[in-house]
Amino acid sequence: MLKSLHIDPGKCTNCLQCEMACSYENEGLFNPSKSRIKVFNFHDRFVPYTCTQCAEAWCLHACPVDAISVEASTGAKIVSDALCVGCKVCTIACPFGTVNYNHDTGKVIKCDLCGGAPACAEACPTDAITYIDADWTGYDRMRQWAARTDAHAHS
Amino acid sequence: MGWTQKVLRVNLTKGTCQTEPLKMEWAQKYLGQRGLASKYLSEEVNPRVDPLSPENKLIFATGPLTGTMASTGGRYSVITKGALTNAIACSNSGGYFGAELKFAGWDMVILEGKAKKPVYLYIENEHAELKPADGLWGKSVWETEPEIRARHADPQIRIASIGRAGENLVRYACVMNDLDRAAGRSGVGAVMGSKNLKAIAVRGTSGVRVRDLPSFMAAVRTAREKLDPSPQRELFTSCGTMAMMDTTQKRGTLPTRNCRDVQFEGVEGINVAAMKRVRPTDGRPNLIGNKACFACTIACGRVSKIDPTHFSVQGKDGRYLGAQGGLEYESAFSMGPMCGIDDIEAATYANYICNEEGMDPISFGTTLAAAMELYEIGAITDKETGGVSFRFGSAEALVKGAEWAGLGEGFGKDLGLGARRLCEKYGHPDLAMVVKGQEFPGYDPRGMQGMGLAYATSPRGACHMKAKPWSDDFARVTPDGKAGLVKETQDEVAAIDSSGICFFATNVWTLDDLAPQIDAAIEGGWDAEKLMEVGERIWTLERKFNLDGGMTMADDTLPKRVLKEAAKTGPCKGTVAELGKMLPEYYALRGWTDTGVPTNETLSRVAV
Repeated sequence: MLKSLHIDPGKCTNCLQCEMACSYENEGLFNPSKSRIKVFNFHDRFVPYTCTQCAEAWCLHACPVDAISVEASTGAKIVSDALCVGCKVCTIACPFGTVNYNHDTGKVIKCDLCGGAPACAEACPTDAITYIDADWTGYDRMRQWAARTDAHAHS
Repeated sequence: MGWTQKVLRVNLTKGTCQTEPLKMEWAQKYLGQRGLASKYLSEEVNPRVDPLSPENKLIFATGPLTGTMASTGGRYSVITKGALTNAIACSNSGGYFGAELKFAGWDMVILEGKAKKPVYLYIENEHAELKPADGLWGKSVWETEPEIRARHADPQIRIASIGRAGENLVRYACVMNDLDRAAGRSGVGAVMGSKNLKAIAVRGTSGVRVRDLPSFMAAVRTAREKLDPSPQRELFTSCGTMAMMDTTQKRGTLPTRNCRDVQFEGVEGINVAAMKRVRPTDGRPNLIGNKACFACTIACGRVSKIDPTHFSVQGKDGRYLGAQGGLEYESAFSMGPMCGIDDIEAATYANYICNEEGMDPISFGTTLAAAMELYEIGAITDKETGGVSFRFGSAEALVKGAEWAGLGEGFGKDLGLGARRLCEKYGHPDLAMVVKGQEFPGYDPRGMQGMGLAYATSPRGACHMKAKPWSDDFARVTPDGKAGLVKETQDEVAAIDSSGICFFATNVWTLDDLAPQIDAAIEGGWDAEKLMEVGERIWTLERKFNLDGGMTMADDTLPKRVLKEAAKTGPCKGTVAELGKMLPEYYALRGWTDTGVPTNETLSRVAV
């Protein structure tokens, strides 16, 4: 089963455990500024945001040196540090801003789904970030509305 | 590793910023944050200085777990000699600022002297400089934060600043960060104001490393497995600290009308149920959600929206109508029952003003309660209050009083003095519910004997966050056995406050849960026993600072009211605070003389 990250901002508390888990997993230290996932504070809503792993990925097509490829097991679009030349064209191509340049390494960084076990989802204390069946990210919400609709129909 | 081992020293008089190595022998003895900064302060500042003079210093300090994945690891403390108390002050805050300071590579910032003109400190990783605060001085916290981000064109800067209360030297002014988190108590914001320092703005991208990453992650996971499923965590998440209101009411330990009473008949208007109740006016509740501080998996913070039809926000700017930090137990008690007020919307609004202008809502509310009693007995009249009724229960007095105190207008100047100075000015010093000049938090010492002892002996005066007497106090009203419990938990909390994690995580964690996380983060072989030794050392150091500053055992006392006037209602009816029965035993357990001075043997045993 192909899985994808599913984000429910209604559950997010802005604790940034996801940002730290991401930097720990990828950089070996705690450093939200190097996180591939960011949480945005809109005061009454806190919204985690990261790469959605587009099927037709603009970043992948834009890369002039073919440094971005698809990992077959997860569907993640991953950057090869060995090939990346730091030209940043992918950061322009991505419509969502989720590919970013890291000036310490001269390469770009983006979410790679941690090889199939995303550290952000594991660290999230409220299940605002989960890693679930990519074809059924709406399953829980459908079930909630099914119950609600049914209750109305019988009331 | 855990520590960044770097201290930023800023001389505001000379306008210089210098880097120095952290004194590692002190770090091993005092851990970080509260303990380590108190060591620096006591080595560098004469305990007799005027807290508002350039000779006082102001230290922002993180702990070894600040900026790590340890649950609640985002704390920092502000250490100085307090403007409210003339005693050593240590105010602890969450939010995101402390972690950002650590990410920039600093364990601590020491600010000394006084700037000739208002300035703010800008830190970007190793780079630090003082910038003119033109156009910022005179602005609120809520204006200052976005303005600084705009000036540096950097939305990710984290800021600790003072509002107009700090600038106006309100004695209980806070240092605010992230809009609604506060290093709240003892007037640390007034000290910052006296130095002409408006803000510290930080952007850190270096991250935090720990000594042994795999062990650290294992320790963090184990601790979370204990914290996450616990009922205490669940209660804090769903109800916040506000859950305490119904408990203190039931136990008859809810300070009401300046401690005239210990239960409040209007409590249903200002408890958890009131926050969650759907309002008839707009069909929404006051409470709209909860939020966390950095790394916190509890998320006790409240997010509120005020009733748009409430009188407090009529004709005001729309900023009060958006989502803002809501009432915690302490702000709700002090601006509610303590003033006889059951209007949760008025208290919510006054809490916003406290955040916006940078005032401690505990001290403000308890000062307002004193002003109300002075008004009721005729010592303060409409002449002082500009015709506003300051009778107990007046929501108008709360709303106006908060605005005036924040802006230093009219009677607000008197309210900004704090309860002790206010009551002295109007000739009734006994009506100030204070210890060492610091106003009571939300626990009446008559029904909570351990808390009374904790208030009396805390180095910063009346404080509920320097010991853990709750469960024992709610179970046993007698003063017997409280001295040992208070002493032990004071030492425990001193270590917790020096680690970078939050007191509230330790409702569930013991030091045996905390120690492995610290040990994996830093060198030195840390276990619970070593943490208790550090805690006792810190407590003794703080005591010594206050004694050297001129305090005596006469300052280890409680207001006459709670010592003499018995509780009128509730399960503790008829009791008074029996401090005299607990204090001698407490001194003896601490290894202090019968006048509260650490003996030479004690000083050498704890190796201050």
